[in-house]
Amino acid sequence: MPPVPTGPDQAIETAAASDPVNSGQMPPPAIELIGINKRFGAVQANRDVSLRIEKGRIHGIIGENGAGKSTLMSIVYGFYEADSGAIEIGGKPVTIRSSADAIAAGIGMMHQHFMLVDSFTVLENVMLGAEGGALLKEGAGKARAELMRLAQEFGLSVDPDARVGDLPVGDQQRVEILKALFRHCAILILDEPTGVLTPQETDQLFRILRALTARGVTVLLITHKLKEVLAITDHVTVMRAGQVVADRRTADTNANDLAELMVGRKVRLELEKSIANPQAAELTVEHLSLVDDRGVKRLNDLNFSLQAGEIVGIAGVSGNGQSELLEVLAGIRAPSSGSLRIGAATISATQPGDPATMRQLGLAHVPEDRHRLGLVTGFPAWESAALGYQRDADLGGRFLLNRAAMTARCESMMQDFDVRPPQPQLGSSKFSGGNQQKLILAREMACQPRILIVGQPTRGVDIGAIEFIHREIVTLRDRGVAILLVSVELDEILALADRILVMNQGRIVGEIAGDQADERQLGLMMTGSADQQAVAS
Amino acid sequence: MDDVVISTLAATLRMATPLIFCAMAGLFSERSGVIDIGLEGKMLAGAFAAATVAAETGSPMLALFAAVIVAILLSLVHGFACITHRGDQVVSGVAVNITAAGLTVVLGHAWYGRGGNTPDLAPEKRFMPVSLPGADALRDVPIIGPIYANIISGHSILTYAAVTLVPLVWFVLYRTRFGLRLRAVGEAPAVVDTAGISVVRLRYSAVMLAGLLCGVAGAFLSISQNAAFQKEMTAGRGFIALAAMIFGKWRPWPAFFACLLFGFLDAIAIRLQGVSVPGIGHVPVPLIQALPYIFTVVLLAGFIGKAIAPKAIGLPYIKER
Repeated sequence: MPPVPTGPDQAIETAAASDPVNSGQMPPPAIELIGINKRFGAVQANRDVSLRIEKGRIHGIIGENGAGKSTLMSIVYGFYEADSGAIEIGGKPVTIRSSADAIAAGIGMMHQHFMLVDSFTVLENVMLGAEGGALLKEGAGKARAELMRLAQEFGLSVDPDARVGDLPVGDQQRVEILKALFRHCAILILDEPTGVLTPQETDQLFRILRALTARGVTVLLITHKLKEVLAITDHVTVMRAGQVVADRRTADTNANDLAELMVGRKVRLELEKSIANPQAAELTVEHLSLVDDRGVKRLNDLNFSLQAGEIVGIAGVSGNGQSELLEVLAGIRAPSSGSLRIGAATISATQPGDPATMRQLGLAHVPEDRHRLGLVTGFPAWESAALGYQRDADLGGRFLLNRAAMTARCESMMQDFDVRPPQPQLGSSKFSGGNQQKLILAREMACQPRILIVGQPTRGVDIGAIEFIHREIVTLRDRGVAILLVSVELDEILALADRILVMNQGRIVGEIAGDQADERQLGLMMTGSADQQAVAS
Repeated sequence: MDDVVISTLAATLRMATPLIFCAMAGLFSERSGVIDIGLEGKMLAGAFAAATVAAETGSPMLALFAAVIVAILLSLVHGFACITHRGDQVVSGVAVNITAAGLTVVLGHAWYGRGGNTPDLAPEKRFMPVSLPGADALRDVPIIGPIYANIISGHSILTYAAVTLVPLVWFVLYRTRFGLRLRAVGEAPAVVDTAGISVVRLRYSAVMLAGLLCGVAGAFLSISQNAAFQKEMTAGRGFIALAAMIFGKWRPWPAFFACLLFGFLDAIAIRLQGVSVPGIGHVPVPLIQALPYIFTVVLLAGFIGKAIAPKAIGLPYIKER
């Protein structure tokens, strides 16, 4: 193993320096980036990035949010143009000014947010941009045949006439891969591909990627998940603050090493947690159902209770009712039937609550989408830090707001939760995702809630802040708060939850004690396939 | 068959003609993600251009061409504001309407001094009703005869163009590469961009097609249905066409039928003027004239159901950062 450089000011290693094989007589790399620079206003998103990727390999690029991975790939795919630098494909310099150039150069990209038209069929999505003629008819026949062939060759079967919006995310991702293969891509870029997949679907994706590399396709995998990089890549490049900070052979590295390179300091990946000591039930949910405007049943007869001093994790593939559950519990939406009880109060379809009443009942809510529901990005931090608590007597009470008191409260929150920079006057949008999240958490914890509902607490949050947020949640539990944690990150659920409820299509399909759960089992339950056997008491 | 029914149905087709052109225009624009509230203004400008050119040159074809050019120019203004400069599409559309309403009157005054109207056109300078082959021969055949001779035959060539336009738009939208891309860019412009297709070029083409069709609608009003341009002669038809298109959920055939429905209401309004309705008596003329508009509001408020607009409608395309 090469020596591990430490500290934020370590030397930058180039690909050639860390990989002596490349300096010899080798075939030209599949793609090589040379000195890429890209600046957005004051932010240098990419600084002198050089990268060399061998043909037929799986190359991982890891880094925290804002490290510049996605920008770099957007440059390769022609979405942005680099300010300076060069791109070579197969040893020949290419100019990529638009996605059309990138496609012509044999680059395919699978975006983090799928680039699919929901109302189109699979076939239409695959054909878009490669229709093969002014009329659709002739191209459609060929495309259909080609899809059949690809389906056989790679085990990527999807019904070509299904509407993409109706497909589960795993299938939508296949459509994305099919799109790239249909255009005969030789280099496939995947941007955070496993964020929405179950462990089983991830395995399947990885099998497909291996099949692709066996046929000479080069794969670039962008991720922040260390486990995946270690599991599938041949080579890994670590980025931090717009720069390449290391380039390793995957076989020569490990999770701790990579985490440290990503963050720039030592990180503890494991969370220490004592055994929970659950007390009386704080929140009881009975026969809770929710039917949305379109008549779809989003929540289907949920029954569970939340006890003081425990963390209950809700696991599930995104879009299986978790968001709706959060909204109902927080009082944002009224249930269609069933009830939830907090102490003596009951919330039901006929007696709906609202977020203010829920707060009065001692229920605090950290929303999953902090930009939409957590704070007002246009407000300074001190205003965002008072949202929902603006009626508190010490902030001024009913009519006028006491600006000094609000600023002071925000300042103390920033100190307690290590929000950086600790400047209440700074605009909410100017803080990093992790610091925004810490501020929201601080706000919701400040009122000493008895129940805390947390949605995706570490989505888009850097490793350092994740560590901090997780510790705070556990501390709160130990103080006797009942905590409901909704997360699509299984690792997070497994690390924090004392009890895990698995949701699938709006129902709770299983419950497992936190210390007995494992990823495979949860994954199976999340797909709803193994629920009956897997339900443990 | 009853004379009243026949003439009302014939009038329906006539009244629906400008609506059909405008609704198809709006459909192209809005399917590409650009709201087109300026149908009215483009139609009005087209009507004025057609009437002036017909008065000056005497050629209805040249007049039609001029109407199309003027309306396309206005649509380019809209495109420049909304696509190139990512401005607010509703505001820009309103601006087009106000500009057209003002400019046509001002220019009409300056050129002809008839209170904003253009000179009356002789029949040879206009698109006149044409008799379809065999109309006279079939006239006396029961049922089919009157339908063919009096409802189907005897319209302006532009009315026939409007009816043929509908299947054509359907074909373009659902059976061609352009249509596929157009529908995609209105739903998800980022998908189109990452597929290597220019969002800007597609949206400009759509907006220009909308201009073209509005121009034809305008020409129909001033040199076919009427014999001159009168100020504000479109009288909200652009908005009704927009309503018909939304009522038809941004799809050609349903939009066409919505246009026929609104045309029918117009025809009835004409028919009811001065007629004593049993149980009500004389209906005041302004109320009758307001009928189609009242119906529009009621239909849009109550019956449209869940119209799902193109997802990216009204949103300028900005590459994310």
